[in-house]
Amino acid sequence: MSAGAPSPDGEALLRVEDLHVEFPGEDGNVHAVDGITYQVAKGRTLGIVGESGSGKTVSSLTTLGLTRRQGAKISGKILFEGRDLLSCSEEEMRSIRGNEIAMIFQDPLSALHPLYRVGKQLTETVLTHGRASKRQARERAVELLGLVGIPDPARRVDMYPHELSGGMRQRAMIAMALANEPKLLIADEPTTALDVTVQAQILALMEDLQRELGMAIVIITHDMGVVAEMADDIAVMYAGRIVETAPAALIFSAPEHPYTWGLLRSIPGLDRPRGEALVPIPGTPPSLINRPSGCHFHPRCAYSQPEHERVDPALEPLPDAGEHHVACLLSVEVRRQLWRELQAGRRPQEAIADVGLAGEAGP
Amino acid sequence: MVRYIIRRLLWGVFLLIVVCALTFVFFRIFPTGNPAILRAGRDPTKGHIEEIEKVLGLGKPLYTQFWDYLKEVFFHFNFGYSYYNSESVVSLIRERLPATISLTLGAALLWILAGVSTGIISALRRHTLLDRAAMGTALVAISAPEFWLGLIFLFLFANDIGKVHLLPGAGTYVGLTYDPGKWFTSLIMPWVTLAASGAAVYARLMRGSLLDTMNEDYIRTARAKGLPERAVVRQGVRSSINPIVTLLPLEIGLLLGGAVLIETVFDIHGVGRLAYESISDSDFAVIQGTVLLAAFFIIVSNILVDVLYAYLDPRVRFS
Repeated sequence: MSAGAPSPDGEALLRVEDLHVEFPGEDGNVHAVDGITYQVAKGRTLGIVGESGSGKTVSSLTTLGLTRRQGAKISGKILFEGRDLLSCSEEEMRSIRGNEIAMIFQDPLSALHPLYRVGKQLTETVLTHGRASKRQARERAVELLGLVGIPDPARRVDMYPHELSGGMRQRAMIAMALANEPKLLIADEPTTALDVTVQAQILALMEDLQRELGMAIVIITHDMGVVAEMADDIAVMYAGRIVETAPAALIFSAPEHPYTWGLLRSIPGLDRPRGEALVPIPGTPPSLINRPSGCHFHPRCAYSQPEHERVDPALEPLPDAGEHHVACLLSVEVRRQLWRELQAGRRPQEAIADVGLAGEAGP
Repeated sequence: MVRYIIRRLLWGVFLLIVVCALTFVFFRIFPTGNPAILRAGRDPTKGHIEEIEKVLGLGKPLYTQFWDYLKEVFFHFNFGYSYYNSESVVSLIRERLPATISLTLGAALLWILAGVSTGIISALRRHTLLDRAAMGTALVAISAPEFWLGLIFLFLFANDIGKVHLLPGAGTYVGLTYDPGKWFTSLIMPWVTLAASGAAVYARLMRGSLLDTMNEDYIRTARAKGLPERAVVRQGVRSSINPIVTLLPLEIGLLLGGAVLIETVFDIHGVGRLAYESISDSDFAVIQGTVLLAAFFIIVSNILVDVLYAYLDPRVRFS
């Protein structure tokens, strides 16, 4: 079940095809999402990874129809159960949001209304889409809080968000998202604002609930550790595009894109030798108004060659692994050699020298 | 909560004593005129003045005078007597207060309704012609001095001097219990005048506050849940209205102390006029009474604001 495979897959629950999202601005259009394609099947998890500003959140908000009111110019297709969400009316989208597709956000404190009790925020989700009575909705709210592992839900349902701990708030957010048993859950950095120990609990909870309810999950994160735990497939985004996509195991065992290498090598690992230096990705994410020419990653790529400033790479399948797609101008052989060198603990400059690549274009 | 309110009330009493002391210092120690002379009428004899000084207790040491005054105020609810016409200050204020209360509360109701609804509509239709027109009008209403606005209204709509004889003009105010219909019509212009700048300020505040709130994450959450837009806006209004609602008691408190300009323009005999008249007459007892009344309203409205805030925002807790 490849995430980015252009081959049509009848079983895909959500299929995003060549999605473009642009925000008109005074300084020029912001190309937040620039032609991305991915799909996620029922009961599966897709991880979308990238730095802030890579377009991962915008693409999800667009799936829910939440970027329309910001005046976004949207093109492409978002097929949910075969139905194109981009051509749905606002009213149709409203009946899908929180019902068939639900979303949870990064900071549960700011994502919950501070002046309403948790119970009220839960019941309104139930009442908006269901035909439950107020009492049934409240019972459902208590049940949901119990389901997401909040102890003493009958009491907590009457609390305000600020009276709950960070982990419990995110559990309450998840409960809210699950209220109508959605087919797809989009989780936007669900653990970023939480303590490390709580992060693991929340991820485990999402996995349990996925098994129980059979929903598909799109998890958006900058944290490779999170997708390692959760995702079946991974799409790596950079500057509004998918630069690499593959089943999760392949991304970790045989990453092909220098940006993915950067993401993988910039996380400290307990299994690595202590003295080994982390390799941060140099520079900052590019402006989405005036994007770099050629390969958008070239100004930050240690292995960039002169022609990479002019040629824009397409996302193409690897010759030997059809479900693995990558958008990089380096040849497969060079990339694999470089990754082996990096794996062996060499620094990028040493790897470049060993492989015999012209390295002067890199930073 | 109850303990907090009691503490605030005690603090309020202390503040009132301080205000008493200050007015006492201002008007008795640095007097602009001798009350006894004022009281004595035309061409008084020296003996007559001395007699009055004795009756008013002006010969006693100041701290004794102050103590006597405090005792009367706090234990007998007696604020003294007008030097001018011997009427008790309490009954003077009691006579004038209903007009001021009618004027203030009616105007407040008007400006909160007009201001908040205009602000909400402006925020939701940001950058449209409607929004620009509303905010432009608000700017004019804020900038126009209220006495000027009042005179314009009289000039345009008053029954006697107006271009269009539409509403009762200046000096037509009657008490609510005397004639509710006349009470209402006579107050329409004063209400609108007084509410104009208030409504404008509230409209701008509400607009800004709602625009900020609609960018909050929890509004995005509400939309992501699939709530109808009306419910989403309601959630936004619920948060953005707090700072505005909590401003209201302060302004009402301030106005209850006397809306001098409006009362003068429309010739309404309220507390503001009383204060103004007593100042021009150097009628110290009445001045002190009106100052204390104003201080009282401001202290009470401050406590009210805090209680209201805690009620509206569960995150606010007293300690």
